[in-house]
Amino acid sequence: MQSKRTVFPNKLLPYLLLAPQLAITIAFFLWPAAQAVKSSFEREDPFGLSTTFVWFRNYTRLFAEPEYLHSLNRSLVFAIGVTILSMSVSLLLAAAVNRLLRSGKIYTTLLVWPYAVAPVVAGILWWFMFNPTIGIVPYILDYIGVRWNHRVNGDQAMILIVIAAAWKQISYNFLFFVAGMQSVPRSLIEAAAIDGAGPFKRFWTIVFPLLSPTTFFLMIININYAMFDTFGIIDGTTAGGPAGATNTLVYKVYADGFLGLNIGSSSAQSVMLMLIVGLLTVIQFRYVERRVQY
Amino acid sequence: MVEDRPLLNFLTHLVLIAGVAIVVFPVYLAFIASTHGYSDFLSGLAPLLPGPNMVENYTRMWTEGLSTAGAPPVWRMLGNSLLMAVIIAVGKIIISILSAYAIVYFKFPFRLLAFWMIFITLMLPVEVRIMPTFKVVADLGMLNSYAGLTIPLIASATATFLFRQFFLTIPDELMEAARVDGAGPMKFFRDILLPLSRTNIAALFVILFIYGWVQYLWPLLVTTQSDYYTIVMGIKRLAAVADSDPYWNLVMAAVMLAMLPPILVIILMQRLFIKGLVETEK
Repeated sequence: MQSKRTVFPNKLLPYLLLAPQLAITIAFFLWPAAQAVKSSFEREDPFGLSTTFVWFRNYTRLFAEPEYLHSLNRSLVFAIGVTILSMSVSLLLAAAVNRLLRSGKIYTTLLVWPYAVAPVVAGILWWFMFNPTIGIVPYILDYIGVRWNHRVNGDQAMILIVIAAAWKQISYNFLFFVAGMQSVPRSLIEAAAIDGAGPFKRFWTIVFPLLSPTTFFLMIININYAMFDTFGIIDGTTAGGPAGATNTLVYKVYADGFLGLNIGSSSAQSVMLMLIVGLLTVIQFRYVERRVQY
Repeated sequence: MVEDRPLLNFLTHLVLIAGVAIVVFPVYLAFIASTHGYSDFLSGLAPLLPGPNMVENYTRMWTEGLSTAGAPPVWRMLGNSLLMAVIIAVGKIIISILSAYAIVYFKFPFRLLAFWMIFITLMLPVEVRIMPTFKVVADLGMLNSYAGLTIPLIASATATFLFRQFFLTIPDELMEAARVDGAGPMKFFRDILLPLSRTNIAALFVILFIYGWVQYLWPLLVTTQSDYYTIVMGIKRLAAVADSDPYWNLVMAAVMLAMLPPILVIILMQRLFIKGLVETEK
């Protein structure tokens, strides 16, 4: 690993400098994670008096559970929905801002602040708009014959959390798309314009292909966000319901562990989640290494 | 712009205005709701234009809160949120800059191991290790305390990497010159590295402050006494009541107050915010 050509000779000092970070990492990250892995291989008797080692039985039971597979499916639908919706809206807005010279700054300011809204607050804002009794969206939908009630209709509940989660993520995607577009060489665009390519053709044949590293990076980040950072949105709106329609993997770990108190199953679910984040992180970092060569 | 196309320019502005409208509308509705009285939310459509009860709603939430929901006054929750966000941001910056300094400017056994131990925390967000982390904090007696709210969230791989990347771009000659002049490692750190890192620290502070402010699951787990509620989790308690008893005017007043500080931070420090956001993800 990279370090400086010359380094300080101290033997003890580096350990002291690292101590606070490592102490917190061990106590609150590595140790609990190890505990999760350990108890995912164990079963506790109902009174919590003894535990037995049961190999992979928690895992095999987990994958035999229809609820878990359902939750996996819901998470995928949610993650894909949020990623597509949020990224396409952001790409459109970024392309628009990129065309402007001065007024682009004002629009940027008006678009970036939802980053600071807490997920649970975003959930409550959209829940209010979609409130079946007094919300404005059901009121309008009623005119075109759609009866909105996300408390009973699972698909509508999913649509609600996808919109709320995508709304919050627009600012993030927007900023990265704008940064990506600004690094596209002007000379390429001007050459294409001289050759007679219109703005749309230029966008699809030059800007969009050159944005592909940004697009791929954002895809991973958005999937990660939808999987792990949206607990607040779900807890603030649907709480996993109706009938588990919005019970994503992270929400289920919480519900099973804290409300259901099933330690073995909850730990096995935690370990599955760690594998998913691990995979996403590895993809993200491999890609970052490749981007350096661009 | 390469060429002038009036129609496309018009379309560009139209798209952006529509985009801004979509982004702003939920907050506009929340603000409107916070200016009305209780009876406007019983049936029909939530109001779309400002009402007369703004001062009354905000004063009530600020000083009393909503006792039926078991939530303390908003000033108290805002104070807790502010404290939590600042402690987390400052704590993360301090321990990350120190560990990045150790990793870049020293050679010692287990350097690589330390680096990987910090790296692996990226793969372990709170959400995936909820139960065992809660147990550790409970065993340490840190439930219902500011230490419990903040310390477990202070480790930061991203901040460490950001400082490491930055330190690697600092010319080696600076450190060699400092050593020739007889400066020890801590003097070099304090008098040369820290001043050079100022912009990075500021940018990181903006991002981490918001990270701390929007925490929800963690305060939900470790606080049961309302004295320690943060505004973000307190709002959930309020909203749970609003579902049956529509105190939407009061809930939305609290929502507006909860959003205001971090949004102000982003808007006032937009340049630092964008720098921090784009660089921490590299």
